[in-house]
Amino acid sequence: MHIVVNGAPLQVPAGTSVAAALAQQTPGTTRTSVTGEARAPLCGMGVCHECRVRIHGRTRLACQTVCTEGMSIHTDVGTAPGSATS
Amino acid sequence: MTQPVTQPMTEQPSAHERCDILIIGAGPAGLAAALAAAPSGASITIVDDNPQPGGQIWRDGPQVVLPALAQQHRTALSQHANIRLLRSTRVVGLGAPQPGDKAPALLLEDADRGWTQHSHRIILCTGARELLLPFPGWTLPGVTGAGALQALIKAGLDVQGQRIIIAGTGPLLLAAAATATKARATVVRVAEQAPWRALAGFAAQMPRWPAKVAQALTLLHPRLRASSHVLEVQGTTQVQTVRLRKSQHAEETIACDRVACGFGLVPNTHLGQMLGCALGGPLSGGQGLAVNAHMRTSVPGVYAAGENTGFGGSERALVQGAMAGHAAAGHVKQAEALRPQLARWEGFAQVLQASFPLNDALKTLAQPDTLVCRCEDVPYAALTQRKGWIDAKLHTRCGMGACQGRICGAATQHLFGWTPAPPRHLLAPARIGTLAACTPAPALMPSSEPAAPSG
Repeated sequence: MHIVVNGAPLQVPAGTSVAAALAQQTPGTTRTSVTGEARAPLCGMGVCHECRVRIHGRTRLACQTVCTEGMSIHTDVGTAPGSATS
Repeated sequence: MTQPVTQPMTEQPSAHERCDILIIGAGPAGLAAALAAAPSGASITIVDDNPQPGGQIWRDGPQVVLPALAQQHRTALSQHANIRLLRSTRVVGLGAPQPGDKAPALLLEDADRGWTQHSHRIILCTGARELLLPFPGWTLPGVTGAGALQALIKAGLDVQGQRIIIAGTGPLLLAAAATATKARATVVRVAEQAPWRALAGFAAQMPRWPAKVAQALTLLHPRLRASSHVLEVQGTTQVQTVRLRKSQHAEETIACDRVACGFGLVPNTHLGQMLGCALGGPLSGGQGLAVNAHMRTSVPGVYAAGENTGFGGSERALVQGAMAGHAAAGHVKQAEALRPQLARWEGFAQVLQASFPLNDALKTLAQPDTLVCRCEDVPYAALTQRKGWIDAKLHTRCGMGACQGRICGAATQHLFGWTPAPPRHLLAPARIGTLAACTPAPALMPSSEPAAPSG
């Protein structure tokens, strides 16, 4: 299955969560914190909201979202310059 | 009073739905509750925020072979036409009740829409989350909870060849180590903060639950060390090394790719508390939802089952779930028949909890600049002067971010003894569209009628 992360193509097995797909990458980050730190999935189960990403224009929790063919994911949720609002 | 027969804007989908029994959470407790209630013929709706049912312990994914018991529950679920499973759907807040509701109304949201769900009975099976405590470096990418590592691997994270350190406390560490090892990672250390004496005492009790002995033996890990805890994770853009307390006077620094830390469990009671349910579950240090012998909470029409009432594993959750399902369907005798089974697993829960008390040293890990609230980036130093949870929220924004204090609330409860205030209306970030669809429109009242009292 093919997804697109920040414009770059990525192949993942069917059923992979967006969080798992992103954690596979280096540095594996998802959002930007309010002071500009890069963050990545922490709780893996929809509690901590660290894995917020933008999918088709909507902020979603990466750990509770399954990759679908052609899914376009942006890891620009946050308050750093150029970020999408969360 | 009933809803007007003709609604304005009839082309809009209804923002209200109704069922007899609404179950929140599709883990073992929720599935058992649904299956116990199903023969009554009640219309049952199960809501879960994950894409697949099973909760954390029966989490599905591309790298998962579900246990037989989980598969049996799934199959049984699909055979009842009166059970509806809503996946990837979360409770975002309290809804406005309609006349005739016998339980609180809840605002639900999925990827596409939001609506108010009405029911006669609610069974809360919201489970537990990990206690995640702050230490220097815990915000670095590559640091996760112990259960989170399991969840990510099951969801497709490839850890083959990676060096992983698992630290914290309780049997979940060994379960996470087993999952990582099976996924061909190298678990270089399992750091258990409890002393060997506590672990030996726990193991000695296990023959009372033979199934658990077999389980425990499969989990033992050669790199397990007792009286050991994390001090710091170091790295620039991701995890590079971990500094661990090795014994009272010794440290060790180990290079690794990932660190997974879990310090026990916290019952997920936010929703229950928002509904007004009293706390006091005996197997939760008073933090779980209080239930009576029929799994009723203190709020009429609301039941609770599983880890949100206290900790005891999936066996206890299954029994409690079944009891709640029977009771909610009005079959109290069937619920009562399960009490001996429940007592057996509550005994296990008592032993489990007595064995892994947290070392006070874990309260000293955070340094002045260590972020405690990860959503609002509030450092430890900003919190030490605050008098309590509300004071901290007002002055620092601790707990005011997207997770609504789920992570830092439990952490500050452990660090400072603060009691996080329960949410009052909204439980999670919600879309404006959901709120708009579910908030009752201002009534077009004749001017002669008195205005409804506000607040």
